[in-house]
Amino acid sequence: MRLSDLRGMPPTAAFGLGMIMFFAVVAVFAGQIAPHGQTEIVGMEFEPRGGDFVLGTDNLGRDMLSRLVWGARNSIGIALATTALAFTAGALLGLLAAVLGGWTDQLLSRFVDLLISIPSLLFALLLLSIFGTSIAALVLVIAVLEMTRVFRLSRAVAMNVVVMEFVEVARLRGEGLGWLIGREILPNVTAPLVAEFGLRFCFVFLAISALSFLGLGIQPPTADWGSMVRENAALITFGDITPLLPAGAIALLTVSINFVVDWMLHRASGLQD
Amino acid sequence: MTEPLLTIRDLSIEGRQGRAWQPILRGVDLELRRGEVLGLIGESGAGKSTLGLAAMGYTRDGTRIAGGEITFDGMDLRALGARRLRGLRGRRIAYVAQSAAANFNPSQRLIDQYTEAPVDIHQLRTRPEAAREARELYARLRLPEPDVIGFRYPHQVSGGQLQRAMTAMAMSCEPDLIIFDEPTTALDVTTQIEVLRAIRDAVREIGTAAIYITHDLAVVAQMADRIKVLLRGEEVEEQPTRAMLAAPREAYSRSLWAVRSFRAPEHSVPPAGATPVLRVAGVTAEYSPGTPVLQDVSFDVHSGRTVAVVGESGSGKSTAARVITGLLPAVSGRIELDGTPLPPRLARRDPAALRQVQMIHQSADTALNPKHTIREILGRPLRFYLGLRGPAREARIRELLADIELDPDDFIGRTPAALSGGQKQRIGIARALAAEPRLIICDEVTSALDQLVAEGILKLLTRLQEVRGLAYMFITHDLATVRAIADHVVVMQHGRVVEQGPKDEMFRPPHHPYTRLLLTSVPDMDPDWLDRTIAERQES
Amino acid sequence: MAPLARMILQRLALGLLTLFLISLFIFLAVELLPGDLAEEVLGQSATPETVAAFRRELGLDQPAHVRYLDWLGGIVQGDFGRSLANDRPISELFAARLGNTLFLAAYAAAISVPLALGLGLLAALYRGSVFDRSVNILTLSSISFPEYFVAYILLLVLSVNLGLFPSIADFGAGAGLGEMLYRTFLPAMTLVLVVTAHMMRMTRAAIINLLAQPYIEMARLKGASPLRVILRHALPNALAPIINVVALNLAYLVTGVVIVEVVFVYPGLGQLMVDAVATRDIPVVQACCLVFAGIYILLNLGADVLAIATNPRLLHRR
Repeated sequence: MRLSDLRGMPPTAAFGLGMIMFFAVVAVFAGQIAPHGQTEIVGMEFEPRGGDFVLGTDNLGRDMLSRLVWGARNSIGIALATTALAFTAGALLGLLAAVLGGWTDQLLSRFVDLLISIPSLLFALLLLSIFGTSIAALVLVIAVLEMTRVFRLSRAVAMNVVVMEFVEVARLRGEGLGWLIGREILPNVTAPLVAEFGLRFCFVFLAISALSFLGLGIQPPTADWGSMVRENAALITFGDITPLLPAGAIALLTVSINFVVDWMLHRASGLQD
Repeated sequence: MTEPLLTIRDLSIEGRQGRAWQPILRGVDLELRRGEVLGLIGESGAGKSTLGLAAMGYTRDGTRIAGGEITFDGMDLRALGARRLRGLRGRRIAYVAQSAAANFNPSQRLIDQYTEAPVDIHQLRTRPEAAREARELYARLRLPEPDVIGFRYPHQVSGGQLQRAMTAMAMSCEPDLIIFDEPTTALDVTTQIEVLRAIRDAVREIGTAAIYITHDLAVVAQMADRIKVLLRGEEVEEQPTRAMLAAPREAYSRSLWAVRSFRAPEHSVPPAGATPVLRVAGVTAEYSPGTPVLQDVSFDVHSGRTVAVVGESGSGKSTAARVITGLLPAVSGRIELDGTPLPPRLARRDPAALRQVQMIHQSADTALNPKHTIREILGRPLRFYLGLRGPAREARIRELLADIELDPDDFIGRTPAALSGGQKQRIGIARALAAEPRLIICDEVTSALDQLVAEGILKLLTRLQEVRGLAYMFITHDLATVRAIADHVVVMQHGRVVEQGPKDEMFRPPHHPYTRLLLTSVPDMDPDWLDRTIAERQES
Repeated sequence: MAPLARMILQRLALGLLTLFLISLFIFLAVELLPGDLAEEVLGQSATPETVAAFRRELGLDQPAHVRYLDWLGGIVQGDFGRSLANDRPISELFAARLGNTLFLAAYAAAISVPLALGLGLLAALYRGSVFDRSVNILTLSSISFPEYFVAYILLLVLSVNLGLFPSIADFGAGAGLGEMLYRTFLPAMTLVLVVTAHMMRMTRAAIINLLAQPYIEMARLKGASPLRVILRHALPNALAPIINVVALNLAYLVTGVVIVEVVFVYPGLGQLMVDAVATRDIPVVQACCLVFAGIYILLNLGADVLAIATNPRLLHRR
C-alpha cells in the first residue's frame, strides 16, 4: 500500500487508523505515560473518579488509569505475539498445502477440519484446564487454534493463484518450492493475508480477553483489560461504569481494526472489477 | 414500409471505472424494421452487448445512458417508467444470452422458466396453453424429446440444447424483437451449426425482428439481412449483408475480412527416417484409474514444422500437452525428445530437457505473473536455464523484446497490467523463446484474441519459425488457424486420434467421417453456406 | 434418489467419525499431563500410597485404551463419570443445566434468526444506500465488541438504571414460560445483538453474491419485478448459503453462551464448565466439552443435510 492510497479513505477507516496508532503509542510508551506502576497500591479500594486519581482506583486500590495504560501493553503485546505465531505457522502450512497438493494437502486439511469442527473457546478451555493457566500455555493454545483458521484462508487464496497458468509455467520451467511460494504465489496473496492478519488479531485479542475475563487467561496481578473487567465487575450493579472502561478499550481497538480491514477488503474487491 | 420498429439516435452510454465515467458507446444510430434481422459485429470492447441491452431500455449496473434516444414502436424507452418498461421486456422485446448454462435459474425446470413470462409476469396465456406452445417451439427448434425435455433442470441438458431452449423461452410471448447476444460463441462448431439453423428457421417462421450480436463474420453472414460494424463504441459502417461481404467500404471492415487469408510458407514433408524433435508413441493417460482421457495417441513433430492438433472441447488435445510436458504422467506409451525417451513425470526431468520444450498458454492474462515486471518475466528463464546475469541478461532481454516487435525501452519495466491482450501474448512467446527451445507447444494461443491481433501473433510465430527452425505443436479448435499455419494435422475426438496427415491431404476428400463433420461445420463467409450445408447433409 | 440418500448417509457417517475423533482428542489431551490426573489432583505433598489408592479409584492403573473404551461406553449409556470436586455423578450435574443452556440459546435464536435474515435481505436489496452503510457500521461494531461489554451495557442501562429487568438470570424450578422469558431477557438480548450482526452480514453477502448471477439479469430482462426476482429467482438459490449461515451462527451461540452465563450468573452448562476449568475438575471439563462439541457437530450436520436436500443439482441427477 502506498501513502497516496490513504486519500479517499472513508471516515470510519480514518478513525480506525487513528485509534490504532493511538493504542500503539500508549502500548509502546506505557512506562512513560502511566502515572503509577501496574501493581502498585496507591490508595483506598474503589476510590471514585476525579480527585487524586483521574479514573479512580480498582478493587485493591491500584490506580485505574495506570492499569489501563499498562494493560494496553500487556493485552496487545500478548495478543500480537500469539497472532504472529499463529499467522507464520498457519500461512506457511497453508501455502505449502496449496502448492504441494496430494497427500500433504489431504493430511493437513483433514487435521484442520477436525480442529475447526469444534468452537475454539471450548478447546481453549479444555487445554487450559490441562496445562494450567500460564502465559506460555495461553499463547501456545490460542496460537494453535487460530492457526487452523489462517491455514484455511491462506490455502484458499493460494489455491486461486496456484491454478493460474503462470504458476504452471514456473513448474514447467523446473522451479523449486521456494521460488513457487516466495516469488510466484506470495506476492499475489499479500493483500488478503494482511487483511486476515488484522482479523485474526481481533479474534485472538477477543479470545484471550474472554479467557482473562473468565479468570482463565492472563493471571493477576498483571494488568490486563479482560481481567480488569472481571476484577471490577461488582461495581456495575451499583451503576458505576468502571468495569466498562477496560471493556470499552477492547471494543474500541477491535472496532478500529475491523473498520480498517473492512476498507482494505472493500478496496481489494473493488480493484478486481 | 411504415415507421421502423426500433430507432436509436445518437446513443451514448458510459461505464464507471473507479470514480470516472468512460464512454462505451459514442453516438450510435440504429434502425430496425419489423421482421428484419440486423447483425452487429465488432471485436471485444466494441460495445455490441451494451447496444443490444439498450434496445430493451436496460443498462447494467455501473453503466448509464449519457444521451440519445431509444424509440421502440413509437414509445420513448428513456422516458418510460420502470413498470411500463418491465411490461415490454420479455413480452415485446426478448433477450437470448451467450451462456445458456449461466442464464437459466439452476433451481427451476425449463418449462417453468418458459412459462414465467407469458403466464406469471405478463399474464398473456394460461399455463396449459403456454406449456403446449412450449412443446411446439421445442419441436420447431429441433430439441430432442420436445414433450418431456421441459421437465428437466438446466444442469440435465447439454449446452447446445440449452441454447435452443433459451431461444424458445425468448419466443414465448411472440415478441416483436429478439436480441441474440453471441448465442453460439460458447459452443463447439459441430453443435453451433445445429443451433444456428434452429434459430434462423424459427426467426423466419415467426417473423420477428432480431438483432444478432457476434464477433464471427461468417456466422453473421448466415443470419442477418444487414450488418453494422462497430469499433470502440462507434459505428464504422452499415450495409446489406451481401453488399457488405462483397465490398466493405471502410478500411477497418476490409481488414476484418482479410484476416482469414493469411498463409504461412509451405514446408517440405520431412524425409522418412528422420528423427523427430518430439515423438508421442502410443500414449494413454487418465485422471482417475480406469477412465482414460487419452488412448493410444501417436504423432511426430519435426524440426521447423508445425503440427496442428485439432478437436472440440473434451477431445483430449490439451490433455496431450499436459502429458508431453509431464504435468500428467502417461500411464503407458513413450514421449521421446530427439529420439531420447523422457521420464513421464515432470519432477524426474532434468532442466536441460525441460528447456527444449516450452509452452505458450491460451490466456495470456493468467500466464503472466501480475506482480512481476517484463524484465523479471523474461529474465528468469535466462538465469535459470542459461545462467545469464547482469548486463548480458539485460541485453538478451532487450533482444527478445525486439524479436517480438515490442520497443525494449518502453516495455522492459512494465507490468502485465499495462499491456494489451496481444502484447501479453507476445511476452508469452518471448518467455518461451528465452529458453532457446527446439519445440514450442502453443495451446489455443490465438483463440482469446480478436481476429486482427490473432493474425499478428500467427505472423510473428511463423517468422520466428523460419528464423530459428522451431518446431510447433499447435493446439486449436479453429480450422481457419489450422489452414493458415499447419504442415501436418492431427484430428482428435474423445481422447483418440481419428485421422492425421499432411495439411493438403487433410483438407481434401476422402475424409474420416468426423473430420468431414468438423470441416463442413465451419461457417463460410458465403450467406448461402448454411442452406447449402444443410441440403448437402440431408442428401448424404 | 439413491445418490441423494447415499450423500446424506455419507454426511452422517462423517459427523459420527468427527465426533469419535473429537472424543479421542478430548481423552488423549488429558494423557498429555505431566504425571497423571491423580498426582495433579492430590499435589506433590501426597504420599505414594494415597496417590496409588486414588489412581485405583479413578481406574488409572488400567491401560489408556481400556479407560477410553470404558469412558466412551459409559457416555453412550448416559454415564459421564464423577466430578473430582464433589464426587457427584456428572450426569446429575448436567440434568437441569443442559436444558437451561439450550433454552437460552433457543430464545436468542428465535429472535435473531428472523431478524438477521430480514435485515440482511433488506441491506442486500438497498446496497450502497444510507441504510446499508449505517447497518454495516453498526454490525461491524457489534461484531468487534466482546460479549461481556454488550452484556454489561445492557445490564447497566436496562437493569441498574431503568430497573426493567433483573440483573441475575436465575429462576426457580416452577417458573412459568413468561417468567423464564422475562428473567432471561438480558442474557438472551446480549446473544441476539452479537449473533444477529454476524448472521446479517453473512446473509447480505450471500445474497449480493447471488444477485450478480446472469440468471438474475435474465429474470429482469423477462420483465420480472424486483420482488419477483428476489423471491422466485434469488431466494431459492440462496437457501444453501443461508442455511449454512444460520447453522454457523447457531453453533456460535453455543460458545457465546459460556461468557453470557457467567456475566448473568445463569445456571447453565457454560458456567459449570468455567467453574470446572478453574478448579481443574477435568472429568467435568471433558464431559462439557464433549456435549458442546456434539451439539455443534449436530447443527453443522443438519445444515449440511438441508443444503444437500435443497440443491437441485443433487436432487435431480442427470
